[in-house]
Amino acid sequence: MSVPIEFYLILSAFMFFTGVAGVLTRRNAIVVFMSIELMLNSANLTLVTFSSFIGNSIGQVFVFFVMTVAAAEAAVGLAIIIALFRNKQTVNIDEINILKW
Amino acid sequence: MIQLIYLSVILPLLGFLINGIFGSKIKNEKLIGIIGSGVIGLSFLIILGAFFETIGLPADQRKTIVLLLNWIDVGLLDVGFSYQVDQLSLIMGLIVTGVGFIIHVYSIGYMHGDKGFWRFFAYMNLFIFAMMNLILADNFVLLFLGWEGVGLCSYLLIGFWYDKKFEKSTTSDAAKKAFVVNRIGDFGFLLGMFLIYMTFGSLNFNEVFQRASTFDISTVTFSFIAIFLFIGATGKSAQIPLFVWLPDAMAGPTPVSALIHAATMVTAGVYMVARCSIFYASAPAIMTVVAVVGLMTAIFAATIGLVQNDIKKVLAYSTVSQLGYMFLAMGMGAFSAGIFHVMTHAFFKALLFLGAGSVIHSMHDEQNIQHFGGLKKYMPRTSLTFLIAALAISGIPPLSGFFSKDEILWFSFSNGGFFFWLFGAATALITAFYMFRLYILTFEGKERFGHDKHPHESPAVMTIPLIILAILSAIGGFIGMPEIFSGEHGNVFHNWLAPVFKDAERKLAFYGSHTHFEEILLMIISVAGAAASIYFARYIYSENQKIASSTANKFRSVYNLLLNKYFVDEVYNSTIIQPIYKTSESFLWRIADNKIIDGLINGTASLINIFSSYFRKIQTGVSQFYALIMMLGIAVALFWIIFR
Repeated sequence: MSVPIEFYLILSAFMFFTGVAGVLTRRNAIVVFMSIELMLNSANLTLVTFSSFIGNSIGQVFVFFVMTVAAAEAAVGLAIIIALFRNKQTVNIDEINILKW
Repeated sequence: MIQLIYLSVILPLLGFLINGIFGSKIKNEKLIGIIGSGVIGLSFLIILGAFFETIGLPADQRKTIVLLLNWIDVGLLDVGFSYQVDQLSLIMGLIVTGVGFIIHVYSIGYMHGDKGFWRFFAYMNLFIFAMMNLILADNFVLLFLGWEGVGLCSYLLIGFWYDKKFEKSTTSDAAKKAFVVNRIGDFGFLLGMFLIYMTFGSLNFNEVFQRASTFDISTVTFSFIAIFLFIGATGKSAQIPLFVWLPDAMAGPTPVSALIHAATMVTAGVYMVARCSIFYASAPAIMTVVAVVGLMTAIFAATIGLVQNDIKKVLAYSTVSQLGYMFLAMGMGAFSAGIFHVMTHAFFKALLFLGAGSVIHSMHDEQNIQHFGGLKKYMPRTSLTFLIAALAISGIPPLSGFFSKDEILWFSFSNGGFFFWLFGAATALITAFYMFRLYILTFEGKERFGHDKHPHESPAVMTIPLIILAILSAIGGFIGMPEIFSGEHGNVFHNWLAPVFKDAERKLAFYGSHTHFEEILLMIISVAGAAASIYFARYIYSENQKIASSTANKFRSVYNLLLNKYFVDEVYNSTIIQPIYKTSESFLWRIADNKIIDGLINGTASLINIFSSYFRKIQTGVSQFYALIMMLGIAVALFWIIFR
């Protein structure tokens, strides 16, 4: 149609790398989780793009699965962070290095 | 009975097990003694039966092999516990079990009251077991088993009184010395065995000797085999250079000296040379070596025995000297003469040792002959039997020693030449001299012992064996009378053993046309010389002892040299033992073991430590670092897939 497919894919890639940068560099654990969500959503966008481009709606159905898993994973991850905070009184993952040699 | 020959080997083992396991609980000495001696007596009867059976066989079929158990059967190597009943092994078997039985009975009296009585008989039975294996074996491996076994029992029995002091050290040091020196010889024997297997592909006597009697194997191979086996014999039979253990072995009880170091174990080397006669016949140079070593040992040990003051030491050096005679005979190609001397020597040397034991026993463990004297009237039977043995060893006819010794001297003249005979005859004169010095200083003359000693004759259980051995020493020689005396009978002993040695004798070209006149002349010379020696000894030690002490004073340095046995032990100590000891301590222990080997092991560990101290820094514990590594890995994989 009017917007070529490359625009959507580049957007999606850009979102993904933003998410990666967030996971690798941010100190706050919750922000890391937000970045992970961003990565997941970029994958969703790619899936929907291809689904509309090819005309097959399999991609969109798969997005449903991904969203469900993302939600569940977010819940579990936040529970872990709460447990971690209760023990260490911090969510700064630089300070959680018990497995250091 | 021939088929049951293995019983004569198993029975002593049984005696060892019974006395060894239950001996400490059997409180009755007589029972232990009966078990210990009885099994040997039964073995003797079995061998006697086999002997008579073998006589009944025709002369060229007198060899029977009896297989007891299969032992090693792998690849080309097939040895079993199999025994060979032939003329030579029967003679040796009769000597070992016969004289062994007599000595066991004697020990019942000698070891009376000893707290290790049962242990003694157990070890003696184990010794006879090993010795029987040695002489009845029909392959080299079983022979070697017996060879090592008698070395072990020698160690056990020399160190029997393990808490007794002996000269400058202990009896266990003497036992260790015997074992270690024997081991050196055994190393040579093993090398010989390996060479035999390499050359002939088998270790069974029959196969090996059959292939050896052909002429297509080089003399060099035979020479190496023969010299290695002979090194083993010098260890076991106390020749130069490995004789040093035998005088120290006198630390053990006297029956041990009689059995092991006079009659049986030391003759194992002689037996082995006789059995492997084909090897020696195929290597004439080595036969000369054997003869020369035997001769040198004979005269060397005889000169040492001349000045010793311990009764057992004199007899020990006498044994070394007489063994030299046997090897001289072997080296001269007179194999049956050597075995004949083994037999007569067993009789009179065992008698001498048992007599010495009787004297030591009655003088309450005094062994210095300068403190004896005049014992004849207290111990008549011991004295008379000792005299008979001394006459026998000096070669006075018609006792047994005369026939065997003269046969050896004759063969050394006819096969070796004048000088071999000369040294042999000189040794005979010295032998007669020191033997009678021993007899006179011990049994005749003035009494030189203190009033606290009450010598008495030994009980019958000890004197009857002495009497039996005296009879054997006296008449045992007639079986080997040379042809000049026995006429058409020939030399019975020689003819009995001839089939065993016929291959060897075929290889040796016999030279030396001998006339009966020469033989008789030499005989007269040696008998006259021996008689003169005896008379001379009698003159010095009975009547004019000043001559002995003034000669010792005039030739003080020579006397010291002889008294200190030519300082052989000291020489060995400084040239071989101390360097090895110092090298072991300073180099092998401190450097090789502590620094090098420990360093290698510890070094490997610390090397791993160093490596890991670098690699573990990857584990930072920060999960973002791990995530980073993951991302890098994914990127590399994607690049690889896309741009491959």
